Amino acid sequence: MAHSTELGTRLATEPARGEPTRSQFSFTPRVDIYETPDEVVLQCDVPGALANDIDIRFERGDLTVNARVLPRNRLGKYLAEEYETGDFCRTFSIDSEIDYEKITAQCREGVLTLHLPKLEKARSKKIVVKSG
Amino acid sequence: MALLTRWEPFGGLQKDLSRFRRDMDSLFSGFGTPALAWPVEQAVSPAMIISEDDNYIYAEAEVPGQKIADLDITITGENRLTIKGRREFKLPEKAEWHRRERPSGVFERTIELPVAMDQTSIEARLDNGILTIKMAKSPKERPRRIEVRAE
Repeated sequence: MAHSTELGTRLATEPARGEPTRSQFSFTPRVDIYETPDEVVLQCDVPGALANDIDIRFERGDLTVNARVLPRNRLGKYLAEEYETGDFCRTFSIDSEIDYEKITAQCREGVLTLHLPKLEKARSKKIVVKSG
Repeated sequence: MALLTRWEPFGGLQKDLSRFRRDMDSLFSGFGTPALAWPVEQAVSPAMIISEDDNYIYAEAEVPGQKIADLDITITGENRLTIKGRREFKLPEKAEWHRRERPSGVFERTIELPVAMDQTSIEARLDNGILTIKMAKSPKERPRRIEVRAE
Protein backbone atom coordinates (compact mmCIF):
# COMPACT_ATOMS: atom_id res chain seq x y z
CA MET A 1 0.00 0.00 0.00
CA ALA A 2 2.71 2.37 1.06
CA HIS A 3 4.54 1.56 -2.11
CA SER A 4 1.65 2.43 -4.39
CA THR A 5 1.06 5.73 -2.58
CA GLU A 6 4.66 6.63 -3.09
CA LEU A 7 4.45 5.73 -6.75
CA GLY A 8 1.28 7.77 -7.07
CA THR A 9 2.94 10.84 -5.61
CA ARG A 10 5.88 10.44 -7.88
CA LEU A 11 3.73 10.08 -10.95
CA ALA A 12 1.73 13.14 -10.04
CA THR A 13 4.78 15.34 -9.67
CA GLU A 14 6.70 13.95 -12.63
CA PRO A 15 7.02 16.73 -15.18
CA ALA A 16 5.13 16.02 -18.35
CA ARG A 17 7.64 15.98 -21.17
CA GLY A 18 5.63 14.50 -23.97
CA GLU A 19 6.72 14.58 -27.56
CA PRO A 20 4.52 16.92 -29.55
CA THR A 21 2.12 15.02 -31.74
CA ARG A 22 1.57 17.81 -34.20
CA SER A 23 3.62 17.74 -37.36
CA GLN A 24 5.30 21.04 -36.58
CA PHE A 25 8.93 21.75 -35.99
CA SER A 26 9.99 22.86 -32.55
CA PHE A 27 12.78 25.40 -32.19
CA THR A 28 14.90 26.64 -29.32
CA PRO A 29 14.21 30.35 -28.99
CA ARG A 30 17.08 32.78 -28.51
CA VAL A 31 17.19 34.30 -25.07
CA ASP A 32 18.81 37.19 -23.22
CA ILE A 33 19.09 36.92 -19.46
CA TYR A 34 20.05 39.67 -17.06
CA GLU A 35 20.02 40.08 -13.33
CA THR A 36 19.22 43.15 -11.28
CA PRO A 37 19.47 43.38 -7.47
CA ASP A 38 15.79 42.33 -7.20
CA GLU A 39 15.09 39.99 -10.06
CA VAL A 40 16.27 37.94 -12.99
CA VAL A 41 14.78 38.85 -16.37
CA LEU A 42 14.55 36.50 -19.35
CA GLN A 43 13.72 37.81 -22.80
CA CYS A 44 12.89 35.27 -25.45
CA ASP A 45 12.28 35.82 -29.17
CA VAL A 46 9.12 33.94 -30.07
CA PRO A 47 7.92 35.55 -33.32
CA GLY A 48 4.44 34.51 -34.31
CA ALA A 49 3.38 33.33 -30.86
CA LEU A 50 0.33 34.85 -29.20
CA ALA A 51 0.26 35.36 -25.43
CA ASN A 52 -2.62 32.87 -25.11
CA ASP A 53 -0.64 30.17 -26.87
CA ILE A 54 2.35 30.35 -24.56
CA ASP A 55 2.52 27.81 -21.79
CA ILE A 56 4.97 28.44 -18.97
CA ARG A 57 5.49 25.81 -16.30
CA PHE A 58 7.63 25.70 -13.23
CA GLU A 59 8.35 22.24 -11.93
CA ARG A 60 11.13 20.99 -9.69
CA GLY A 61 13.35 23.96 -10.34
CA ASP A 62 12.85 23.81 -14.10
CA LEU A 63 11.09 26.59 -15.93
CA THR A 64 9.73 25.42 -19.28
CA VAL A 65 8.47 27.77 -21.97
CA ASN A 66 6.36 26.28 -24.71
CA ALA A 67 5.12 28.72 -27.31
CA ARG A 68 2.75 27.39 -29.90
CA VAL A 69 2.94 29.07 -33.27
CA LEU A 70 0.08 28.57 -35.68
CA PRO A 71 1.19 27.50 -39.15
CA ARG A 72 1.29 30.42 -41.55
CA ASN A 73 -1.29 30.88 -44.25
CA ARG A 74 0.61 29.96 -47.32
CA LEU A 75 0.35 32.89 -49.69
CA GLY A 76 0.81 31.72 -53.26
CA LYS A 77 3.75 29.72 -54.53
CA TYR A 78 7.07 29.87 -52.67
CA LEU A 79 9.99 31.46 -54.48
CA ALA A 80 12.40 31.39 -51.54
CA GLU A 81 12.05 29.83 -48.12
CA GLU A 82 15.05 30.75 -46.03
CA TYR A 83 13.65 29.65 -42.71
CA GLU A 84 11.12 27.23 -41.37
CA THR A 85 8.45 27.99 -38.86
CA GLY A 86 7.28 26.05 -35.84
CA ASP A 87 6.81 26.13 -32.11
CA PHE A 88 9.36 27.35 -29.58
CA CYS A 89 10.33 25.30 -26.58
CA ARG A 90 13.07 25.75 -24.01
CA THR A 91 13.73 24.77 -20.39
CA PHE A 92 15.79 26.74 -17.88
CA SER A 93 17.08 25.65 -14.50
CA ILE A 94 16.06 28.17 -11.90
CA ASP A 95 18.11 29.02 -8.88
CA SER A 96 16.51 28.28 -5.50
CA GLU A 97 16.78 31.95 -4.60
CA ILE A 98 13.93 32.78 -6.97
CA ASP A 99 10.46 33.33 -5.55
CA TYR A 100 8.86 31.11 -8.18
CA GLU A 101 5.32 31.88 -7.05
CA LYS A 102 5.80 35.45 -8.17
CA ILE A 103 7.12 34.77 -11.66
CA THR A 104 5.30 36.94 -14.20
CA ALA A 105 5.33 36.89 -17.98
CA GLN A 106 4.23 39.09 -20.82
CA CYS A 107 4.48 38.82 -24.56
CA ARG A 108 4.70 41.79 -26.89
CA GLU A 109 5.66 41.98 -30.56
CA GLY A 110 6.92 38.43 -30.54
CA VAL A 111 9.14 38.90 -27.48
CA LEU A 112 8.33 37.02 -24.29
CA THR A 113 9.58 38.69 -21.11
CA LEU A 114 9.71 36.75 -17.86
CA HIS A 115 10.32 38.45 -14.53
CA LEU A 116 11.74 36.15 -11.86
CA PRO A 117 11.78 38.03 -8.55
CA LYS A 118 14.38 36.98 -6.03
CA LEU A 119 13.38 35.85 -2.56
CA GLU A 120 13.45 38.63 -0.01
CA LYS A 121 16.57 37.22 1.65
CA ALA A 122 18.46 37.05 -1.64
CA ARG A 123 17.83 40.64 -2.69
CA SER A 124 20.73 43.00 -3.08
CA LYS A 125 22.99 40.26 -1.87
CA LYS A 126 26.52 41.30 -2.43
CA ILE A 127 29.19 38.78 -3.09
CA VAL A 128 32.25 39.77 -1.17
CA VAL A 129 35.45 39.06 -2.95
CA LYS A 130 38.28 38.60 -0.54
CA SER A 131 41.82 39.04 -1.57
CA GLY A 132 44.19 36.35 -0.39
CA MET B 1 13.31 29.53 -37.60
CA ALA B 2 15.60 32.41 -38.12
CA LEU B 3 15.16 35.50 -36.14
CA LEU B 4 17.36 38.02 -37.73
CA THR B 5 20.11 35.83 -39.05
CA ARG B 6 20.33 32.32 -40.23
CA TRP B 7 21.36 30.02 -37.46
CA GLU B 8 25.12 29.59 -37.61
CA PRO B 9 25.99 26.56 -35.53
CA PHE B 10 29.68 27.39 -35.67
CA GLY B 11 29.27 31.15 -35.47
CA GLY B 12 31.00 31.33 -32.12
CA LEU B 13 33.70 28.92 -33.20
CA GLN B 14 34.35 30.96 -36.33
CA LYS B 15 34.71 34.03 -34.21
CA ASP B 16 37.18 32.27 -31.96
CA LEU B 17 39.02 30.95 -34.98
CA SER B 18 39.16 34.35 -36.60
CA ARG B 19 40.51 35.82 -33.39
CA PHE B 20 43.11 33.08 -33.28
CA ARG B 21 44.02 33.76 -36.90
CA ARG B 22 44.35 37.45 -36.21
CA ASP B 23 46.63 36.73 -33.32
CA MET B 24 48.69 34.46 -35.51
CA ASP B 25 48.75 37.09 -38.26
CA SER B 26 49.99 39.73 -35.91
CA LEU B 27 52.54 37.25 -34.61
CA PHE B 28 53.90 36.68 -38.09
CA SER B 29 53.35 40.17 -39.44
CA GLY B 30 56.87 41.03 -38.41
CA PHE B 31 58.15 38.57 -41.00
CA GLY B 32 57.10 40.58 -44.03
CA THR B 33 53.51 39.33 -44.45
CA PRO B 34 50.92 42.06 -43.91
CA ALA B 35 48.30 41.23 -41.29
CA LEU B 36 44.91 40.57 -42.87
CA ALA B 37 41.82 42.12 -41.44
CA TRP B 38 39.23 39.48 -40.47
CA PRO B 39 35.68 40.51 -39.92
CA VAL B 40 34.86 40.18 -36.25
CA GLU B 41 31.13 40.83 -36.30
CA GLN B 42 28.87 39.11 -38.76
CA ALA B 43 26.49 41.36 -40.64
CA VAL B 44 22.95 40.81 -39.45
CA SER B 45 20.35 40.41 -42.13
CA PRO B 46 16.89 38.94 -41.70
CA ALA B 47 16.06 35.67 -43.43
CA MET B 48 12.99 35.85 -45.63
CA ILE B 49 10.24 33.82 -47.18
CA ILE B 50 9.18 35.07 -50.60
CA SER B 51 6.10 33.84 -52.40
CA GLU B 52 3.94 34.92 -55.32
CA ASP B 53 0.56 34.51 -56.88
CA ASP B 54 -0.75 35.95 -60.13
CA ASN B 55 -1.01 39.53 -58.91
CA TYR B 56 1.18 39.86 -55.84
CA ILE B 57 4.57 39.08 -54.36
CA TYR B 58 4.68 38.43 -50.61
CA ALA B 59 7.74 38.79 -48.43
CA GLU B 60 7.90 37.65 -44.82
CA ALA B 61 10.59 38.14 -42.18
CA GLU B 62 10.76 37.51 -38.45
CA VAL B 63 11.59 40.75 -36.64
CA PRO B 64 10.65 40.18 -32.98
CA GLY B 65 10.59 43.27 -30.80
CA GLN B 66 10.31 45.67 -33.72
CA LYS B 67 7.64 48.30 -34.16
CA ILE B 68 6.46 49.16 -37.65
CA ALA B 69 7.67 52.74 -37.18
CA ASP B 70 11.22 51.49 -36.59
CA LEU B 71 11.30 49.59 -39.85
CA ASP B 72 12.26 51.17 -43.13
CA ILE B 73 10.86 49.37 -46.15
CA THR B 74 11.67 50.68 -49.61
CA ILE B 75 11.48 49.60 -53.22
CA THR B 76 14.14 51.04 -55.46
CA GLY B 77 14.33 50.66 -59.18
CA GLU B 78 11.56 48.36 -60.26
CA ASN B 79 12.24 45.34 -58.15
CA ARG B 80 14.72 45.89 -55.33
CA LEU B 81 13.14 45.52 -51.92
CA THR B 82 15.11 46.78 -48.92
CA ILE B 83 14.23 46.25 -45.26
CA LYS B 84 16.15 48.16 -42.63
CA GLY B 85 15.75 48.21 -38.90
CA ARG B 86 17.49 48.53 -35.62
CA ARG B 87 17.16 46.64 -32.37
CA GLU B 88 18.80 47.82 -29.20
CA PHE B 89 18.60 46.75 -25.61
CA LYS B 90 19.37 48.96 -22.70
CA LEU B 91 20.48 47.18 -19.59
CA PRO B 92 18.81 48.65 -16.49
CA GLU B 93 21.04 50.23 -13.90
CA LYS B 94 22.92 47.85 -11.62
CA ALA B 95 22.00 44.95 -13.88
CA GLU B 96 24.37 42.50 -15.47
CA TRP B 97 24.07 40.15 -18.41
CA HIS B 98 24.03 36.43 -17.88
CA ARG B 99 23.36 35.49 -21.44
CA ARG B 100 22.98 37.31 -24.75
CA GLU B 101 21.81 35.31 -27.71
CA ARG B 102 19.41 37.70 -29.39
CA PRO B 103 20.97 39.71 -32.19
CA SER B 104 21.05 43.45 -31.73
CA GLY B 105 22.14 46.46 -33.70
CA VAL B 106 21.33 47.51 -37.23
CA PHE B 107 20.03 45.01 -39.73
CA GLU B 108 19.46 45.40 -43.42
CA ARG B 109 18.49 43.20 -46.29
CA THR B 110 18.02 43.92 -49.98
CA ILE B 111 16.53 41.37 -52.31
CA GLU B 112 15.93 41.45 -56.00
CA LEU B 113 12.44 40.35 -56.91
CA PRO B 114 11.88 38.38 -60.10
CA VAL B 115 9.39 40.82 -61.61
CA ALA B 116 8.75 44.58 -61.62
CA MET B 117 6.56 45.98 -58.87
CA ASP B 118 3.80 48.54 -58.93
CA GLN B 119 5.38 51.07 -56.58
CA THR B 120 2.07 52.58 -55.54
CA SER B 121 0.72 49.39 -54.07
CA ILE B 122 2.82 48.11 -51.19
CA GLU B 123 1.31 47.03 -47.89
CA ALA B 124 3.33 46.08 -44.85
CA ARG B 125 1.99 44.69 -41.62
CA LEU B 126 3.54 43.49 -38.43
CA ASP B 127 1.88 40.83 -36.31
CA ASN B 128 3.58 39.48 -33.20
CA GLY B 129 7.05 40.01 -34.59
CA ILE B 130 6.34 38.79 -38.11
CA LEU B 131 6.60 41.31 -40.91
CA THR B 132 4.55 40.62 -44.03
CA ILE B 133 4.89 42.78 -47.13
CA LYS B 134 2.39 42.50 -49.95
CA MET B 135 3.49 44.05 -53.22
CA ALA B 136 1.42 44.28 -56.37
CA LYS B 137 3.13 43.19 -59.55
CA SER B 138 3.35 45.78 -62.27
CA PRO B 139 0.30 45.32 -64.56
CA LYS B 140 2.47 44.29 -67.49
CA GLU B 141 3.83 41.37 -65.43
CA ARG B 142 0.50 39.93 -64.49
CA PRO B 143 -0.66 36.91 -66.42
CA ARG B 144 -3.54 37.62 -68.76
CA ARG B 145 -6.23 35.14 -69.33
CA ILE B 146 -7.21 34.82 -72.94
CA GLU B 147 -10.72 33.76 -73.56
CA VAL B 148 -11.27 31.09 -76.16
CA ARG B 149 -14.51 31.52 -77.94
CA ALA B 150 -16.28 28.71 -79.66
CA GLU B 151 -17.72 29.81 -82.97
